[in-house]
Amino acid sequence: MSVVAFLMLCAAALLGVALLAAAIARTRAATTIIYGATLVLCITATALSIAALALGGAPSRLVLPVGLPWIGAHFAVDALAAFFLAVVNIGGAAASLYGLGYGAHEEEPHRVLPFFPAFLAGMNLVVLADDAFSYLLSWEFMSLASWALVIAHHRDAENRRAGFVYLIMASMGTLALLLALGLLTGPDGHYDFEAIRLGARTPLASAMVLVLVLIGAGSKAGLVPLHAWLPLAHPAAPSHVSALMSGVMTKVAIYAFIRLVFDLAGPLPWWSGALLLAIGGLSAVLGVLQALMQDDTKRLLAYSTIENIGIIFIGLGLALAFRADGMDAAAALAMTAALLHVLNHSFFKSLLFFGAGAVLTATGERNMDRLGGLIHRMPVSSFLFLAGCMAISALPPLNGFVSEWLTFQAVLQSPDLPQWALKVMVPAAGGLLALAAALAGAAFVKTFGITFLGRPRSDQAAAAHEVDRLSLSAMALLALLCLIAGIIPGFIMDAVAPITRQFAGDALPLQAKLPWLTIVPAFESGSSYNGLLVFLFIGFSALLAVWAIHRFASHAIRRAPAWDCGFPDPSPATQYSGSSFAQPIRRVFLARTPATREEVLMPAPGDMQAARFRLTIADPVWDWLYEPFAAAVEIASLQLNKLQFLTIRRYLSLVFLSLVSLLLVLAIWS
Amino acid sequence: MELISALLVQLMQMMLVLWAAPLLTGFVRKVKARLQRRRGPPILQPYRDILRLLKKEVVVADNASWVFRAAPYLIFAATWVAAALVPTFAKGLLFSWSADLIAIIALLASARFFLALAGMDIGTAFGGIGSSREMMIASLAEPAMLLVVFTMALVARSTQLSAVADLLASSGVGLRVSLGLAMVGLIIVAIAENGRVPVDNPATHLELTMVHEAMVLEYSGRHLAMIELAAAVKLLLYVSLIGCIFVPWTLATPGGSTASHLAGFLAYIAKLAVFGFLLAVFETAIAKMRVFRLPDFVGGALMLGLLGTLLLFASRSL
Repeated sequence: MSVVAFLMLCAAALLGVALLAAAIARTRAATTIIYGATLVLCITATALSIAALALGGAPSRLVLPVGLPWIGAHFAVDALAAFFLAVVNIGGAAASLYGLGYGAHEEEPHRVLPFFPAFLAGMNLVVLADDAFSYLLSWEFMSLASWALVIAHHRDAENRRAGFVYLIMASMGTLALLLALGLLTGPDGHYDFEAIRLGARTPLASAMVLVLVLIGAGSKAGLVPLHAWLPLAHPAAPSHVSALMSGVMTKVAIYAFIRLVFDLAGPLPWWSGALLLAIGGLSAVLGVLQALMQDDTKRLLAYSTIENIGIIFIGLGLALAFRADGMDAAAALAMTAALLHVLNHSFFKSLLFFGAGAVLTATGERNMDRLGGLIHRMPVSSFLFLAGCMAISALPPLNGFVSEWLTFQAVLQSPDLPQWALKVMVPAAGGLLALAAALAGAAFVKTFGITFLGRPRSDQAAAAHEVDRLSLSAMALLALLCLIAGIIPGFIMDAVAPITRQFAGDALPLQAKLPWLTIVPAFESGSSYNGLLVFLFIGFSALLAVWAIHRFASHAIRRAPAWDCGFPDPSPATQYSGSSFAQPIRRVFLARTPATREEVLMPAPGDMQAARFRLTIADPVWDWLYEPFAAAVEIASLQLNKLQFLTIRRYLSLVFLSLVSLLLVLAIWS
Repeated sequence: MELISALLVQLMQMMLVLWAAPLLTGFVRKVKARLQRRRGPPILQPYRDILRLLKKEVVVADNASWVFRAAPYLIFAATWVAAALVPTFAKGLLFSWSADLIAIIALLASARFFLALAGMDIGTAFGGIGSSREMMIASLAEPAMLLVVFTMALVARSTQLSAVADLLASSGVGLRVSLGLAMVGLIIVAIAENGRVPVDNPATHLELTMVHEAMVLEYSGRHLAMIELAAAVKLLLYVSLIGCIFVPWTLATPGGSTASHLAGFLAYIAKLAVFGFLLAVFETAIAKMRVFRLPDFVGGALMLGLLGTLLLFASRSL
């Protein structure tokens, strides 16, 4: 049996587990059985996909006699699919491990357990699918399974609204993908991806596919301005599912983009790269600015996902631009950076959502303005969460820095691009990327500092307790992966080389052979980075400093009340809160946007009322895009509503008129 | 033999930055005092301060966590490693290939990350004010620095600091508009990152204007000594960086004679003195800005960096 058959068996087994879960969800042992089963299946699938990626060779294919008649269902595993299957299943395994502990606190397990394996199966099937029909079917299955998980806690009105918005956006995305695949399959109906690759299409059709996929996959990934559902839906689900949605499902959308645009759509003009750069840069900066303004930890993490997706799309946009201009080595570098960030983001975003889930378990609180001081009561969780914060803030020697470094290196390759528009766009995108990286640091200092440091701001925070060992081990596993991917990134870069060779036409120089596991983006540039040595240097210098201090300096230590310039206030309300931490940056970057409003309600002289300060922060896309769109739809439907009350005569003439006009269009078209 | 001498030069530079850093701080303070017609503390005062702090007991707030106690060492280590990667008097540092300019910026960002967290650990209002303002300044200064690095990397076709210095020292580069913009940008970033006037006043203890001092308010004893030393090393790092990029001709080449190393060393001391003097004059001549005027100042560096990069994207020879 081939690799793809084994992976299909895993996916089928996940579906089987979903059915089993539906049957036994209300029993007491269900949580352990279901998450145990998904854990085993995900580890198996991870091993299989890593093996497929490492061994390389020809793509393995499988045709099943299900699906559309005479066509069947095609499935295949090539290097790209194997890489993304590894991302999906590592995330799935970590979420299952976390779920073994976290799931015990679930109040309505029958609303989560059946859909969790189904969601995993759906994501696996999207990556495995190799024809248009099974692809769309799996995509829709994945969307519906995740929707069911979003409204798992449906008694909360906010979650119901999130589910509603998600459902609309997912349907719209699928519609766009349906049209894109329709264009790709052409009038002859070549559903098989292999046949689509061989088919010829006009530049216009390719460009339309790009735009449609950008809407379809981009809305699932959370690109601005189609991101509005994401910060509502991702936090609404239980935390391990949030981790899967943010860390993994967005990556499935990236996979869809690479598969349909880089692989199937054929050669694209240079402006497609510019389009991606603009959208990616915008997503990165707007995502992280909105993240910084949030006080709900999970919503902050969801907005930060938008930022990271933006970074990935900057990499992909550079790759498209380089490829269009025949600079294959630079395209390979940009694509490697994007793929590495896909993997890295799936690690640290899952870790951070697990941490947010741990805080939620321990305190029942998501709002960081009612937390604080948790580092004393949750020492292990806070340490692991700190590792995730460092990784996502792109601090060396952890993994986030490596992929951002590679993206910067790709930006620096681009002055040789011939188009003037790109010459202006690329440095601007590089600047936006730098801005996003710095703001991400601020956002995660805020997240960690307000939640875990300082003094507890509520009784729940003061009474918090450490979470169970299984949850902690899932977090520890991901933190370890963040460190490993940070200090030996060369192996991962070599592993994705077949993908870049296939879609960018070139690959980076073999990294594993370089001395001391250094990484270099291109030999002629002479730039290099060595995470391992940086890690050792920092460790060595810190230990040297500790040793010297403890050898030669005073050992005396005294605990005393805080100094605070002589006037420490015992009330924890005098600490900086989340919104006050973000205030300077809000003033600098968002002062002139209408969505952010600061109001000071000062009572009239003589009035004994307290003065009030009110801060409203809204996502501007709601006002600028969604509300006008919804209003337009409403007006249009009211107008069309009149058509429901016509006489039979008028209906007949309407049918006749539309027939004539369609025939006319057809006559002019051909 | 070559390896040993290279290692020796690397170790000497690491020790040099450690020992010279308080001297530079003391020198700047002395010049500032003289310019204000004060006598000022002796130049060696920072060494005495650090030694005194090392001998004192540490007073730690009751609710301080391990972050508070570990942060000084991590801040110091990250800053020191970053400083060790910048050539001071000789090029071709043994380990310069392990991290480029972008990594040096990121190492300084790591130090700042921990400093900001340490400021929030006790849960006082001043710690929070310092951390939040520091991150605001950094959110402008760090991208500005990266864009300045882009400018230099596009000229040198490498982000490796030794390669940049090599190329700029060779006569082929000449005067360039983009490098001029980058230099002004880098100087503004250096002022902002080191908390000098007009961004922050290193001598102030007026509560509402503090940034750096507010974050380290709760520190004492050996912890404070590490942080003070790290701050001094950071100032030296930026001065060395500006010196090695814009005045690279005096750097000794690897494998050069002892005399060339000695000349490079003397030239380095001269560079420190000149930059220190200019910094003191600048700080004396200008008033501290309000916090919300800072974005205009530091944002200027961001624009300069972007402009420099754009010019180079337009033509490699600008």
